[in-house]
Amino acid sequence: MLRRTLLASAAATAMLGGVAMADGHEPTKVGFVFVGPVGDGGWTYEHNQGRLAVEEAFGDQVETVFVESVPEGPDAERVMTQMALEGADLIFTTSFGYMDPTINVAANFPDVRFEHATGYKQADNVSVYSARFYEGRAVQGHIAGQITESNIIGYIASFPIPEVIRGINSAYIHALEVNPDVEFKIIWAYTWFDPAKEAEAAAVLIEQGADVILQHTDSTAPQAAAQAAGNVYTFGQASDMSEFGPMPRVSSIIDDWAPYYIARTQAVMDGTWESTSTWDGIGAGMVGIGEISDAIPAEVKASAEAMVARLASGEYHAFTGPINKQDGSVWLAEGETASDYGDDGLAGMAFYVEGLTAEIPQ
Amino acid sequence: MIALEKRPQPSQFWTFAAPIVAVILTMIFGAALFGLLGKPPIEALGKIFWEPLFGEFNFFYLPQLLIKGAPLVAIALGLSLGFKAGIWNIGAEGQYIIGALCGAGVALALYPMEARWLIFPAMLFAGAFGGFAWAMIPGVLRVKFGTNEILVSLMLVYVAEQLLASMALGLMKNPEGFGFPGSRNLSQYSSASSWIDQSNGMHWGVVIALIGVIFAYILFAKHILGFQIKLAGQAPRAAAFSGVSPARLILFCLGTSGALAGLAGLTEVAGPAGLVSIDFNVGYGFTAIIVAFLGRLHPVGILFAGALMALTYIGGDVAQSSLGLPKAAIQVFQGMLLFFLLGVDVLTNYRVRIKQGVVA
Repeated sequence: MLRRTLLASAAATAMLGGVAMADGHEPTKVGFVFVGPVGDGGWTYEHNQGRLAVEEAFGDQVETVFVESVPEGPDAERVMTQMALEGADLIFTTSFGYMDPTINVAANFPDVRFEHATGYKQADNVSVYSARFYEGRAVQGHIAGQITESNIIGYIASFPIPEVIRGINSAYIHALEVNPDVEFKIIWAYTWFDPAKEAEAAAVLIEQGADVILQHTDSTAPQAAAQAAGNVYTFGQASDMSEFGPMPRVSSIIDDWAPYYIARTQAVMDGTWESTSTWDGIGAGMVGIGEISDAIPAEVKASAEAMVARLASGEYHAFTGPINKQDGSVWLAEGETASDYGDDGLAGMAFYVEGLTAEIPQ
Repeated sequence: MIALEKRPQPSQFWTFAAPIVAVILTMIFGAALFGLLGKPPIEALGKIFWEPLFGEFNFFYLPQLLIKGAPLVAIALGLSLGFKAGIWNIGAEGQYIIGALCGAGVALALYPMEARWLIFPAMLFAGAFGGFAWAMIPGVLRVKFGTNEILVSLMLVYVAEQLLASMALGLMKNPEGFGFPGSRNLSQYSSASSWIDQSNGMHWGVVIALIGVIFAYILFAKHILGFQIKLAGQAPRAAAFSGVSPARLILFCLGTSGALAGLAGLTEVAGPAGLVSIDFNVGYGFTAIIVAFLGRLHPVGILFAGALMALTYIGGDVAQSSLGLPKAAIQVFQGMLLFFLLGVDVLTNYRVRIKQGVVA
């Protein structure tokens, strides 16, 4: 066993050397820093699919490396530095908490390009990118409001950051639109990935009468809990989670990072990479809506699909007034759509909309 | 048949040999595990143990060893006091968090943080006091009401985590942070930063860990209190007869370990971590338990054990990115270390005898 592996690795090294020599220059090295394990079935899984797509698209011209389950702090800084030292040309850091570490490391390696997901700090060699997941949340709310019988929708939230709050607001607005009696129960798990905590949160929500559960955490534990409970609906998060369909998983938000990762890698190869801020939604394909299953009524499915089409074409904005803030003050006037930045912009959203009874944890 | 026979005295030889044998066994079985995963086993071990120390980029990794090892050593030193006396502080993670919160709180309260001569010492004091006070809760409860300090200290970790989240989202949130959670970055203010020389990994936490090793060594080698701690652990009745107050000992051990954990937390939050964030704690308080035992509860042993543990973390990440080893394999590898240590430890207290078959 040992001998064979050694021989195989020696052969692999020789082959790699051969390729590099024949080609004349080394492959572009792309690093990925992941917050969860690549097998989480959700957030990190999809980023890793993006990495594999880069490998597929460029073959021998790229080499990708990754480190998974990296805590958001000094460890992240060390892992990024390590990748930069080992010759990475482009590094994707795929969690909000990597923001300061990315900026710090990028300052030390001006020739390495960094791409930070879901943050707001840019630099000459740091781009930011995120997806308009709230468009997908709108579709979820639209479906959830119609299929709930108890009128209680459970929401497993991760951290009270703008991205998560946007999702809650968007889902709530669109659930309320189709069901004036709907009520949201929100549990903050303070984790992106912890199957035990997520399962517990799901169980508590089900006990409190929720028959639809939305989640902003990355594991499939809530799906499993809903399956065990029987008549509870869920939505796949970050990944399709179709193995839980057609019930409890009735649809999903799918993050599709592959086109972006391929485009950015190409830009590095061509020498055209520039620091940018990207925020794409359903229209650009960064947010996908997974197959809506037949477990829900046909007319609900049809109207949800119509909504997806309107969001994709840009005809409809998920935050269109009139919308009031939780305290009753006006946020968006009739027909007004939310702006991305500035005061009360989507990027820094830190308030609930009117009707939500919970409070954002402080 | 093979039988285990209790030794009258723990074996001197095996006390020192057990950690070394455990490390060797871990390497052998770890290599087998990596091989089964289809990765080159020797190269993987090399990436974990050799690369950070002697590889091309060791100028970067060696300072990282200090950063990663310092909190482990400081916390493990404190824990070892109690562990020797049979006092089990399992909640160092919580004391670490509270120390960080108290120390950071002082700095943030005195924003814009100008006078270093005042602020940094006040932060150190607040950090130590925070950890101390948090450890006093299980201490006093145990002394007054006989509660179990293992459970109380562990449960208080979860309380501390909630407090941390609340602080990062509320009271200590950076007013210039666009509504995102997390405090101002303390390491960017010269008066509050615990860095001494960032490029060499030197910060006050490293200094505290090293001073702690010296103090703990003197305590056990020369001081009556060190003797009393050992006595209380080995022969509680004899200790009581010789006038050792169990209550005082409990409070001393828990308080000291709490203060050290608090200092570790403060120096981390004001240096390598920089800011109070929701997931500031990454498990040093729990890993330090392994470090304490791996180091035989001996100050110098703990220094080496902390360095070794830090090495497996750093080398583990190197192996991940360069060989594509999964994180879980690294974690199994670290777990093996404790597993084999506990297994080999049997030889410290027991002798293996091969007996002749007995005819019934």
